[in-house]
Amino acid sequence: MNLLQLSWKNLTFKPLSTLLNVVLFALGAGLISLLLLLDRQLEEKFEKNLAGINLVIGAKGSPLQLILSGMYHIDAPTGNLPIEECKAFLRPGHPFIEKAVPLSLGDSYKSYRIVGTDLNFPKLYNASLREGRLWEKTFEVCVGASAAERLGLKLGDAFHSSHGFVQDDNLVHTDADKFRVVGIFNPTGAVIDQLIVTPTQSIWAVHAGHDHSEEEDEAAREHEHAHPEFDLAAPLHEQTDRAITSILLKFKARNVQTLNMQRSINENTNMQAATPAIEITRLRGLMGMGAEALRVLAFVIIGVSGLSIFISLFGSLRERRYELALMRVMGASPFRLMVLILSEGVITALMGYALGMALSHFGMEIMARFMQDEYRYTFSGLTFLQEEAWLLAGALGIGIVAALIPALQAARTDISTTLAEG
Amino acid sequence: MLNAQQLHYSYDGTHILRFPDIACAAGEHWLLLGQSGCGKTTLLHLLGGLLAPRSGSVQVAGTDFDSLSTAQLDAFRGKNIGIIFQKSHFARALSVEENLLLAQQLAGLQPDRQRAAELLQHLDIGHKMKSRTDRLSQGEQQRVAIARAVINRPKLILADEPTSALDDDNCAEVVALLEREAAQTGATLVIVTHDGRLKEKFTHRISLQPQRP
Repeated sequence: MNLLQLSWKNLTFKPLSTLLNVVLFALGAGLISLLLLLDRQLEEKFEKNLAGINLVIGAKGSPLQLILSGMYHIDAPTGNLPIEECKAFLRPGHPFIEKAVPLSLGDSYKSYRIVGTDLNFPKLYNASLREGRLWEKTFEVCVGASAAERLGLKLGDAFHSSHGFVQDDNLVHTDADKFRVVGIFNPTGAVIDQLIVTPTQSIWAVHAGHDHSEEEDEAAREHEHAHPEFDLAAPLHEQTDRAITSILLKFKARNVQTLNMQRSINENTNMQAATPAIEITRLRGLMGMGAEALRVLAFVIIGVSGLSIFISLFGSLRERRYELALMRVMGASPFRLMVLILSEGVITALMGYALGMALSHFGMEIMARFMQDEYRYTFSGLTFLQEEAWLLAGALGIGIVAALIPALQAARTDISTTLAEG
Repeated sequence: MLNAQQLHYSYDGTHILRFPDIACAAGEHWLLLGQSGCGKTTLLHLLGGLLAPRSGSVQVAGTDFDSLSTAQLDAFRGKNIGIIFQKSHFARALSVEENLLLAQQLAGLQPDRQRAAELLQHLDIGHKMKSRTDRLSQGEQQRVAIARAVINRPKLILADEPTSALDDDNCAEVVALLEREAAQTGATLVIVTHDGRLKEKFTHRISLQPQRP
């Protein structure tokens, strides 16, 4: 029956009051940990998906929407961008542009987004192939790791794409050719994991089908997978009667000229240019206010739980004063009584911390499932942060502070007076 | 074994309680008799080192309380003195057995379950070993208190009014138990009481005089 065991027995002797203290502490600590986890994982997602992109060009509209749809693939795409207007950026040899990646968005398969682009796109995210090869002609697709896993796609599988991002039988492009899986990427942790990637020309071919007459369709189908008009070798910037959705730009260097270029696009053309870093900072600023309010709430809850531990211990001292005096009679020093009460506070706080961590990581895992279904983004409840170790130190500290005054009081127990009363 | 000289104590600084000198040899059983208000409990607390006297000194087994710090005195008391109070108190969250083990632990000894079990059997409450202490009757509680006082084989056992709440049968039994347990370990037994029923059972007696204001 050592002091720790005795502390534990004393806590379980008052199970309801101990439970209240533990749950209060768990709520506070869990909320803080959950906010930390969310913040860190969102930051990682945002960072990874920045992929060195300096500017996104698209049709006029909301710059945030352009970034969210073009880079993070979560919002609806902006309008079409005629190649006639943007060919200058696609043509090789632009003095400031290191890389320009065209994107054609708007189609999906079982609500996983299909992106029409060129071979530079996988390079942005350093996506390597796990199996198969990169596409060589239209209607060949390479699938991101999570998309392949969730959709059960294997090499050689074929499917019809669907217009828009919801799964609806009426919107399936049944009149067009089927896409065929030729490659599957390794997981990258970036957004490409959730995407189905195909050459831009495939998207054009799918939508060209709308204009075909029945006979032409029949004829087209006889030439299996032959689309001479959508030759991948033909440079995009020469197909001036076509349109894409947006262009991801990587500059050779950021300087005054590139800044001017952005302003010039926004002021003098029908297109808009948005800087990912700025838009994401703006978005995080908006979310940050909510998170800040929650953080304050979490600290208030922790403060209240500390107070609650203090009140429980202090209240129990009155009921336990004979017991404490007796322990002195039986040989316990004042210091040991202090340790006894302190460890009751610390054990409560540590149990609260443990429960809080369990709640937050469990909650994060649940939320990860939801986000996976809703946004095709993967989060995890199984990552642990360094900040959580600090939170543990904080929990110890609060346990000690809450128990300190009751502990000192216990150490000052006057044995003779207390026992004479009884 | 137990010596007290020139003991004086004062609660308020003006009224001074004076106590007779005491000298008990090892293994002797003593009765300190006195009426209410003559400072019996105060004297017992002084002899047990629970109170520091205003003047005078107490030695137990050759150790002068004055020479010990608070923590040293606590440790010394835990090992060498067993005290039984008028009303028994226990660690409420613990069972009878765990209360005895706690007494060993706090005195810095190895917990000895066998010793605890034997002692409780000996005092006829072995069947209550796993009970919570607040479920016991007065008489049972007093036996557990005796068990707790003697479990570390103290050199000195102090009992404060151990029989005042008990009927004649229980009174005789508790005194017999105290004497038997004290004899078993060769401890010096000092009972402080106003209970006249104990008078003829003890040959070594000190009568405490009513204190003059």
